[in-house]
Parts: sequence; C-alpha cells; structure tokens
Amino acid sequence: MIYADNAATTAMSEAAIARMTEVMKQTYGNPSSLYSIGQEAKEVLEQARADIASVIGANPGEIIFTSGGSEADNQAITSAARFGLRKGKKHIISSAFEHHAVLHTLNRLKEEGFEITLLDVHEDGLIRPEEVEAAIREDTCLVTIMYANNEIGTIQPIRKIGEICKSKGVTFHTDAVQAMAHIPVNVDEDNIGMLSASAHKFHGPKGVGFLYVRKGVPVYNLIEGGAQERGRRAGTENVAGIAAMAEALKEAVTDISEKMASVAAKRDKLIQGLSEIPHSAINGDASHRLPGNVNFCFEGIEGESLLLLLDDKGIQASSGSACTSGSLDPSHVLLAIGRVHDVAHGSLRLSISEDTSNEDVETIISSVGEVVEYLRSFSPIWRDLMAGKKQFIL
Amino acid sequence: MALYSEKVMEHFRNPRNVGVIEDADGVGEVGNAKCGDIMKMYLKINDDEIIEDVKFETFGCGSAIASSSMATELIKGKPVSEAMKLTNAAVAEALDGLPDYKMHCSVLAEEAIKSALDDYYSKNGESANKSGE
Ligand SMILES: Cc1ncc(COP(=O)(O)O)c(C=O)c1O
Repeated sequence: MIYADNAATTAMSEAAIARMTEVMKQTYGNPSSLYSIGQEAKEVLEQARADIASVIGANPGEIIFTSGGSEADNQAITSAARFGLRKGKKHIISSAFEHHAVLHTLNRLKEEGFEITLLDVHEDGLIRPEEVEAAIREDTCLVTIMYANNEIGTIQPIRKIGEICKSKGVTFHTDAVQAMAHIPVNVDEDNIGMLSASAHKFHGPKGVGFLYVRKGVPVYNLIEGGAQERGRRAGTENVAGIAAMAEALKEAVTDISEKMASVAAKRDKLIQGLSEIPHSAINGDASHRLPGNVNFCFEGIEGESLLLLLDDKGIQASSGSACTSGSLDPSHVLLAIGRVHDVAHGSLRLSISEDTSNEDVETIISSVGEVVEYLRSFSPIWRDLMAGKKQFIL
Repeated sequence: MALYSEKVMEHFRNPRNVGVIEDADGVGEVGNAKCGDIMKMYLKINDDEIIEDVKFETFGCGSAIASSSMATELIKGKPVSEAMKLTNAAVAEALDGLPDYKMHCSVLAEEAIKSALDDYYSKNGESANKSGE
C-alpha cells in the first residue's frame, strides 16, 4: 500500500502513539483536580503547551488547545469579528481558496452583516501582498489568509502579509493546518496575530489542535462551561491527545530542513514524471509549494474513477472532482485558480510524507500513467479532442 | 463500509461493451463535461429491430461507468421496443443499488440509450416516443 493522502490525514507516529498510551494509562486525572494525579495531568498539559509554544516561537500562555483545525479557525475568526463589531469595524479580508472551516465561518458573518473581501489567488495559487494592502480599509477588523493551501500546496507570502497587517494595525490570522510541522513557522518572524493548527496533519491524533493567540489580541470562547484554558475554551482537556500532539510536533520539526529537502526531491520527481503524461498540467506554483504536495489535472478523464482504479493498485490519493466532493461543482480551489469545470473534474492530489520511498514514487508515476491512458481509451471527450472536434485546454 | 456495492465495482472494473460501433444505426450522447459526466451509446439494430450490438464510451465517475456498462447489458439482444422501456431504476437495481447522490448516473444511462434510439428512429423517419409506447 502506498498512502499518498497525507494532506487528508496522517498515520500517527510511533512516538506519538507511545506518548498517548502512556498518558492514558498513567495520567488519567483531571487537570482541574487538586490532588496529586490531577496535578500530574496538569503538568503533562503545561509541558505540552510549553513544547508547542517553543516550536513556533510563542509564549505558553498564547496557546489554546482545541478539538482541531476547524474549531481553531472558527474561534479566531469569530473572536476578531466580535471585537471588530464593538469598534464598528465590519470588514474582513480573506482569500477565495481558504478551507471551508474559514469560508463557511465568513459566510455566517456575512449573513450577520459583515462585509467580506475574498482576494484573487491568481493562476499560480499565490496571493499578492500588495493586493492585501490595497484591500485594507478603516473598518477592516481581520485579515485571514491560509499559510499553505490544502489542495494545491501553495505557500503564501505570510511574512509580508503579516508585516502589512502589523503596520496597518489589523489583526492577522493564518490557518496553518497544512503548513505546521512541514515547513518552519515562527509567529514572531511572520508577524502572526492568530494561528490555527491540527495534530492529525503532522502524525498526531485526530480531534486535537491548537489556536495561537498573540498576547494582547482579544479572544472569546466558543464553548461555554468551566474555566479551562483560562476561560477561553471550556471542557476537560484531551490530555493524552494534547501530549501526543506535542510529541508529534517536536518529532516533526527535528531536522526539518533535511526532511523537507528529502520529501521535496520526491515531490519534484513525481511532478516531472506526471508532466510527461500528455495534456496534463500541474495545479499551483511549482516552487512555492509544500514539500509533499503534488496536484495535477489530466484532460479527458474524471477524478473519482482515477482514484478508484489507483486504490485497486494500492495507491491512496484524492481528487477535486465533483463526484468526490459529493456536490455538482468541482473543488472551489481549482476553480479559484482558473481551471474550468471540464478539466477541474480530472484532478489528482498526491500528498506524500517521509515514509514515501523512491520506489513508491516510481510506482505512482507508472500507475497514474496507466490508469489515465486506460480511462482516456473510452472517454468520449478524449475521442473528440483527438479527432479535433474539441480544442485541448491543457 | 464501501462506497459502492460489489456489483457496481465489478462493472466499473470490468465494464462490458466498451468501445465504438463505426457503422452504428443509432448514436446518442448525453451529459456535459461541466457536470463531470458524459455518456455516448452506439447501437447496431437488425431488420427484426433487435439490438444486435451495443457499445459505450463514458467520461465520469465509477458509478457512471458501471451504469453505462449495466445499461448496455440490459438491452443487448433485446427488441428495440423493450429497450425503450428501460428505466434508470432498473439499471440501479441491477447494480444492487447506487448511493442517493449517484442516482443521476443511472438516469444518464437511461437517457443515453433513449437518445441513441431517438437517433435510430429519426434516421428511420419515426419518433421514438411514438414507437416506444
Ligand atoms: C487548511 C485546513 N484548515 C482546516 C482544516 C480542518 O482541520 P480539522 O480536521 O482538524 O478540523 C483542514 C483539514 O482538513 C485543513 O486542511
């Protein structure tokens, strides 16, 4: 089996599993309890907080544990909006290809009277900092731009955007769910006000993540209840999950440069190999890209059948076709970078990890080539393209 | 839990009657690339109005390919009058069911067959609906 869908979720690392089971067995107390096993759990929790803070250049008090990336995004955006409202600021800037955890939260705010500007992400899948600057108004209360896109892997000019927001005095949030632990992230160097991350994208457990909130940036709780997380997130903490998240993060950022170089080399081999399939094209800029992300469109075929046949060959990947999303439209990300429906249906995302071998890369390239050729052999679109009755787009 | 029934996967993996009939008596194409499904059906119909041969080409998801394949099996060797009565429900049932949001694939298969029959009738000067009922 070749698992090439690490952007969807990752396998937990041995170290994270070991840490999780250790905490579950030995430190089952409630961190809010005053007796010793409660306080031991509290210590585990605070150690995890300190470890995570140190990886991203934050202070421990700036980390709020959440149930994952979606909750962190919801909390960050809702907080900025609520605080903005108090000052009469009802304008938010974001981008057209954010994750739905961001876009749907913004939609709700729009219904409540907020004005949302979604910036163009251009054909290369990169936001232009000058366009962020031009969009900022007197009444802008938040800029929220993802660190790296989950489908096409393009890494945004976060540092520059952060600088602009800082100089204009506007809160800047970034959804770093795909970037965290895959590329270096530092909240000070990048001028980040709030940041979302999720453990299951970096070999930690599912259902746990964190929100970084810079000291001085106002934050409201989404969940009412006890005083956990200093009143910013009620509910007994997922101690074992949080400890495992910290373990996974520490492990992932150890020798991160070497890991990035090794994964990126395999990515580039995949990109080169798949480019040789006729009438195919990479989606998103090839260089400003997560080390593990490959995303292609193949003309004349549909993505779901491609995925099913790859699965038969033992390769797990994903697609932005309508059929895989359960809706009639293909991925909003591919449409945002200007891919027309016809070709957006024929997309393939491969997201590899350090566990992907050179042999796996070769197998993926040859398998994708075979399946694309097979599906084209009985595609009426392909027949029309080959007969010159239709113009090739790619 | 699997996305599709075993029958769907079997037809998807080994589609029957794939290809083209160069001298077809009726050809029908339905769907569009924008929505992600196109089906094209080719029919060879003999003097006794029996569908002697049928071939298909499909651009689409697993259930679109399986629905095309099953639809061709259901009409091959049958009289035209019987093929006119093919319903999407029959295609879906023969596949041991389709997920709700994939039912449109079976609709497309029914429409593709009817469109090819329409083409046959229009070449032979009759309306498909009239003959079908
Ligand atoms: C960019 C991005 N943001 C947010 C999320 C949501 O994270 P979670 O699954 O932890 O809620 C994901 C994961 O699907 C993601 O890729």
